[in-house]
Amino acid sequence: MAEIEATTGGTLALALPFIAAALAPILRRIFGAYAAWILAVAPATAFALIFTFLPTVTAGGVISFGYEWIPAFDVRFSFRIDGLASTFALLITGIGTLIVLYSGGYLASHRDQGRFFSFILMFMGSMLGLVLADDLMTLFVYWELTSITSFLLIGFDHEREKARRGAIQALAITGGGGLALLAGFILIREVAGLNSMTEILAAGDALRTSPYYLPIFVLVLCGAFTKSAQMPFHVWLPNAMEAPTPVSAYLHSATMVKAGVYLLLRTQPALGDTALWTTVLPLFGSVTLVLGALLAVRATDIKITLAYTTVASLGLLVMLIGVSTEYALVGAVLYLIAHSLFKGGLFMVAGSVDHGAHTREIDKLGGLAKHMPITFVAALLCALSMGGITPFVGFLAKEEIYHALEYGDAYHVALMAAAILGNALMFAAAFIVALKPFVGRLPETIHHPHEGSPTIWLGPLVLGVLGLLGALFYETYHQLFSVPMASSAIGAPTEIDISWVPHLNLAFALSMATIVLGIVIYLASNAIRAATSGVISAIGWGPDHGFDQAMRGLLRFSFWSTSRIQSGRLDYYMTVTVMVIIAALFVPMILGGALPVEPQMPELRFYEWIVVAVVLVGILAVVIAKNRLTAIVSLGIQGFGTALLFMLLGAPDLSFTQFMVETLSVVILALVMTRLKLSPADHRPLREKLPDAALAVAGGAGFGLFLLSIVQRPFDPVLSDFFERYSYAIAHGHNIVNVIIVDFRGVDTMGELAVVMAAGLAILALIRIRVGRKGAAQPDPTEATP
Amino acid sequence: METVLSLVVGCLFAVSLYLLLSKHIIRMLLGVVLLSNAVNILIFTAGRVSSVAPPLIPPGAGAPLVDVANPLPQALILTAIVISFSFFAFLLVLAYRAYQDLGTDDTDQMRVAEPEDDGPPPLGY
Amino acid sequence: MRTIIFRFTAPYLTALMVLFSIFVLLRGHNDPGGGFIGGLIAASALAIYGIACGVGPVRRALHFHPMTISGAGLFAAVCAGIFSLFAGSGFMTGLWVFPTVFGTELALSTPLIFDIGVYLVVVGGISSIALALEERESD
Repeated sequence: MAEIEATTGGTLALALPFIAAALAPILRRIFGAYAAWILAVAPATAFALIFTFLPTVTAGGVISFGYEWIPAFDVRFSFRIDGLASTFALLITGIGTLIVLYSGGYLASHRDQGRFFSFILMFMGSMLGLVLADDLMTLFVYWELTSITSFLLIGFDHEREKARRGAIQALAITGGGGLALLAGFILIREVAGLNSMTEILAAGDALRTSPYYLPIFVLVLCGAFTKSAQMPFHVWLPNAMEAPTPVSAYLHSATMVKAGVYLLLRTQPALGDTALWTTVLPLFGSVTLVLGALLAVRATDIKITLAYTTVASLGLLVMLIGVSTEYALVGAVLYLIAHSLFKGGLFMVAGSVDHGAHTREIDKLGGLAKHMPITFVAALLCALSMGGITPFVGFLAKEEIYHALEYGDAYHVALMAAAILGNALMFAAAFIVALKPFVGRLPETIHHPHEGSPTIWLGPLVLGVLGLLGALFYETYHQLFSVPMASSAIGAPTEIDISWVPHLNLAFALSMATIVLGIVIYLASNAIRAATSGVISAIGWGPDHGFDQAMRGLLRFSFWSTSRIQSGRLDYYMTVTVMVIIAALFVPMILGGALPVEPQMPELRFYEWIVVAVVLVGILAVVIAKNRLTAIVSLGIQGFGTALLFMLLGAPDLSFTQFMVETLSVVILALVMTRLKLSPADHRPLREKLPDAALAVAGGAGFGLFLLSIVQRPFDPVLSDFFERYSYAIAHGHNIVNVIIVDFRGVDTMGELAVVMAAGLAILALIRIRVGRKGAAQPDPTEATP
Repeated sequence: METVLSLVVGCLFAVSLYLLLSKHIIRMLLGVVLLSNAVNILIFTAGRVSSVAPPLIPPGAGAPLVDVANPLPQALILTAIVISFSFFAFLLVLAYRAYQDLGTDDTDQMRVAEPEDDGPPPLGY
Repeated sequence: MRTIIFRFTAPYLTALMVLFSIFVLLRGHNDPGGGFIGGLIAASALAIYGIACGVGPVRRALHFHPMTISGAGLFAAVCAGIFSLFAGSGFMTGLWVFPTVFGTELALSTPLIFDIGVYLVVVGGISSIALALEERESD
């Protein structure tokens, strides 16, 4: 019974966003911007459905359900809900609900709002499927769906070139990574025989000890790093800020970019804890953390600042997953949840500021606190969480992270330094976004700053308050979200007891140091911005520029190769085709030893020789004909010769048909060619004709030998015997050929009738089309104007 | 007989390929006609030319009394002849219209779809 | 080409050829002949008529547009196939009845309808091509 409920509930939760996406444009047309309230029901219901699974999940249980998909390849459409999946799913649907409401207010006057709802709900459905998927192929399908839907979302303002560029870049990088992931999954399926996450997690050391561990590791990492924007694949994330703010708030806080982190957490019990894993991941993670945070402080657009802090946060998460001790993984889980809450909120704040003050440039913002008080409160709540100040969930995460890294060896000290520096920079960035626009004097460039509608301030406020409540009621928070998630990620049950009450220990001291450093950076942010800008312009090249170069190179290469292969000259194409035909004829014959033996001189009757001679003379005359009439007549001669040949060889039906067709061919050729006034003779010089002649002779010899080789083999008359025996018995016909055409092979004939008709229609259309559509510049050479 | 027919088929293919390789639409059209004849005789011969009696069942009999010619290739070729005729007529009209529109029967100069001086593609997004 | 003799004899020649084509069509199941050959003979007949007397009279004589005839043929052929479905056998299975009319046993069957369909498609398709090309000639 419970099994069935899980299947129904889970399937409904997975389908709801897609159903809502299909209805969105209609609802938007009927209800206008209020459609957001109706559409938000879908993710809210999905949230509730997943919430009902929590008792099972917190007790350490796993809910799985699914359907057969391609049984022949062991591919299932199956899902698995454990602690990791449930917490992710709750974040996706919960924040998703707020985002749908927020978009209702933020894009209220946009004419394509319906389309936007549709896209973002589709994305939500894909993301939900991604974190719940069990079967590897199901996971891959959802993975690529998120790439495609995020492409649509980032390029939503498709009339701007920058938006198009951002969308293409995101698709190229994340989609490309997805292909690497597919290769990795196929490798896992083929070499280890593991088809789903459940099997992978149950397999223990199977993957770690596999001889293919290195390629699997690299391919899975390519997928995760591109999605989670690790250096040097991070470029797509800041460029994706071209999307409307709700997209950034959703994709770049809790969902899309976390997919890579999710994958790493998910596969950590099976792939992690090797020397490779604990070296590569922290290396990439820490570099991404520090550089991302530095670039965040450098940016002047508050949305770009947030984008780079997201890059840095993802770096921090990857670093912690790489360390893969129990404390590190708990820290990663706590930080992941906290980050989803405060970063989603801050992005929405940035959108509200843009909405209210019509700029996102930090230099042109200030003094908004009086005019946008609720947004200011929400911003502060989120920033305090991001800065790791108690009592916010960000504080729990940071304490746990420092706790995980407080060891004396060089490895941990280096990572700790990176964590402190990164956190301090992010602390500064948080207050650059959440404090600077609201304090100080209101610049004169801002006219009528105003608070947005409730839907606009509701989202950030709820997320900010949740960040506070999560820390205050930390026991419930841990029990429902962090412990199940961390247990799944670690692969064994774990306990988390960190609370918002600070204890005097090393971690707290480092936390204090981070805050002090952060305040210093905040105060010196202008100087840091100038310095980093100087360094970057001195380097003058970055991965973003490299992407442009790669794309242009690709275009140029494809242009070059296309113009090589497709020269536009029919004679080249024909020559290549004929050469391939010759090779296809001769190579198998020679390699297979199927060359015909020398035939005996045939004994033919006198009139048979004459008919053959007529055909040969006819075809020879076609080649050398100097004028139209000769060519047509010669063509007729060989045709009638062929008809005679059929007549002699016991095929009266063929003979009649050939006679009629030859007659009609000659008539219509004469009709057309007399008007073309063209000579059929070949005017090319001999040296151009000779290669053609050589090829033609080789081709003709090929077909001749091929046929000779066929007829020298024994003949299997089974089909012919069947037709001869049954043509009267079953089909009541004495003419076997006709019986085959209209009865035994009637369906085939019907297809041929359709071809004849299609040809007739096409010819009528061609004749009726007006000549010279290209305009009067090119007069028709054959038709004189009356 | 089959040996001689193989020779005829070889000659037909050689001539039709030669015509198809030329640059003049009219010659290529003649080549197409010869090509369909070549293929027809090829199929016919591949079905063997053992008997020259037409594949008919005499009245009152349930099956042919004597050894008759193979009916299957004949049935295949019969429809093929009609189809290749329609196809040929279509090509003929197409060539005719192309000549009217472009003023040339030289395939080298028929470059509407693939112009020679096609510039590089746009490099933006 | 429009000599008096040709123009005078062409209608009779055409009528004879069309009649012959129907004969060829109907005997096709038991003797050399059939829809394809019959259709080609009829189409040539119409082409000759067109060359002799111009396309206009041919079109008037046909009454229907050639492609309409062609379409009707394809329709008949498909119907012949579908007919067997109603009789409970597979698509295009031949059905036969042998009624006796005026003391003669007639062999009527779905393959016969199919063959008539073939005839009409070929007549329509080919004569449409030929007439269209001849029409350009007279422009």
